Amino acid sequence: MSAEQVTTRRESAVGAGVSTLDRIGYRLQRLPLHLVIIILCAIWLVPTVGMIINSFRSVQDMGQSGWWTTLFPPHGFTLDSYKQVLNIEGVAPSILYSILITIPATVIQLAIATMGAYAFAWMKFPGRNLFFIVIVGLMVVPIQMTLIPVLQIFKLIHISGTIPAVWLAHSGYGLPFEVFLLRNYLGGLPREIFESAEVDGAGHAVRFLRIAVPMTIPAIASLTIFVFLGIWNDLLVALTFLGVSPYRPFTVVITGLVTSFGGGWQFLTAAAVLQMSLPLAVFIFLQRYFVRGITSGSVKG
Amino acid sequence: MFGGIVSPDQIVTGVVAVVGVPLALLGYIVLGEKVIERLPASLQRWIRPYFWALPAVGFATVFMVYPMARTVLISFRNRGDSDWASGAWGIFANYHYFFTFPDTLTALRNSLLWLVFYTFFSVFLGLVIAILLDRVRYESLAKIAIFLPVPISATAASIIWKFMFDYQAPGTPQTGTLNALLGAIGRQPIPWLVDETTNNPALIFVGIWTITGFCMVIISASLKAISTEVLEAARMDGANEFQIVRLIVTPLLWPTITVVGTTMIINALKTFDIVYVMTNGAYNTDVIATRMFSQLESAQYGRAAAVGVVLFIAIVPLLLVNIRRFQQQEEQR
Repeated sequence: MSAEQVTTRRESAVGAGVSTLDRIGYRLQRLPLHLVIIILCAIWLVPTVGMIINSFRSVQDMGQSGWWTTLFPPHGFTLDSYKQVLNIEGVAPSILYSILITIPATVIQLAIATMGAYAFAWMKFPGRNLFFIVIVGLMVVPIQMTLIPVLQIFKLIHISGTIPAVWLAHSGYGLPFEVFLLRNYLGGLPREIFESAEVDGAGHAVRFLRIAVPMTIPAIASLTIFVFLGIWNDLLVALTFLGVSPYRPFTVVITGLVTSFGGGWQFLTAAAVLQMSLPLAVFIFLQRYFVRGITSGSVKG
Repeated sequence: MFGGIVSPDQIVTGVVAVVGVPLALLGYIVLGEKVIERLPASLQRWIRPYFWALPAVGFATVFMVYPMARTVLISFRNRGDSDWASGAWGIFANYHYFFTFPDTLTALRNSLLWLVFYTFFSVFLGLVIAILLDRVRYESLAKIAIFLPVPISATAASIIWKFMFDYQAPGTPQTGTLNALLGAIGRQPIPWLVDETTNNPALIFVGIWTITGFCMVIISASLKAISTEVLEAARMDGANEFQIVRLIVTPLLWPTITVVGTTMIINALKTFDIVYVMTNGAYNTDVIATRMFSQLESAQYGRAAAVGVVLFIAIVPLLLVNIRRFQQQEEQR
């Protein structure tokens, strides 16, 4: 995405030393290109912007006219939808439950994954390749294939319907991908560093904690963002394991409201904006990590 | 505002988990290594790797490998899991249900529609947009616009598009953006999510809208890796831009396109959130995953497991493709 590269491609197409007339002709030729791009960007932007605008209108207005009418005076912006949605029983606590689910689940799985990845990257043992191929395969296994037995395990150990159960489920489902990604990253670190540490008498504990972990921080950072948002946005796992519990997270509560409010569901725009404000903030402020996480992890299903 | 339901206990448990789990792992590593280091060297070499891999492999076994085997078993059991399933197709009764019941057949058809159209258009649009944006100066800005739906949850995206597709009776002001646009060009409004000719395409489009940015970013990354000299040479030889894209850029991007494509196929088969939130399968919009969930909700575990197994079997070929690709990458390491 470097600016330099983009300009060279542009300039080279223009060619050096052309007259002003040619340049205007060239600009005109490129007009359809710009139009197509602007239309595409509009299709991808307008729905979100429209909903955000709608969330600041009164429910009455939303039922009577489209969001675009607010662009002209009288605007009639209000925070009523937000107040209304936060006052519905269960909505405000569900935001807290989402946080209580997301942070520990992220920490647990990344801690375990980093350790496992180190073993796969820097230790030789019989069956290593086989184990790892199973892990590569598990990355794309649909979690539907596991839901019922995991539900039964939770019932058996009496944690069904609790938040720690969801930590465990998320950790189990997230691990294969994280081990895969971190193992590739760890395996790419220079061998000499580990060998010289070994010569100096450092055991695996020291090599892992003093060398591997600090050097893997960039990968762990990208992965943290990715995993965190995945759990924050998750619906299926939460619905399966907490669907009927009092600890329903934000996505489940919103979804429940969408299906239960027949006509007056418009104020849910406020809930949707609140739900997506965290991912959007993360994306905007940590864009580089976010995109890096996606490009390096493109194998995941 | 947050009081009442959330107990301090839960917050304490959360904090304990965040601090405790990494500390516990640290203890496991330090203490475990202390013990292992005392062992004879030959034994050390045997035990150490398994000791390190145990937590991750253990988790994967308990939450994925074992449940997968168990799901296969449950799919051959009756509703109460008291005996083997029986009925038409004998022990395959749950599968018989899946492949003959009209509702699940509709779900199967819809998943196939998702598979074809969602996969094709998300990859195709991702490729086209990546190529187009490569030629303008405001590339990074435009990329943000296309990418914006990616971090948004399917739940929020569904609400966004419920507004786009909103329908009011003809003659009343349309609050949905699409129907207002139709009105502006003098057409009748369409009940997008109810009409059975438009609802599946509409849902699939929402899916495409949420994922195109993802495809674009990955394809764009490998597009930038194509050397400008190759393209320059083609231009010198008189190739026009379409020929360059068709004959040079696309073939060079093909490995990336197949990677993104397989990911999208898997996504399409697993589709759940958008359908569940927007229509919950009403008006014949069910897909395999939503069917499975409704069986799960009504405690029809045998049938739900059978749906899960079918979904898994559909994904197996892609799983093998991924493993093969991994093995090829390993050989190049």
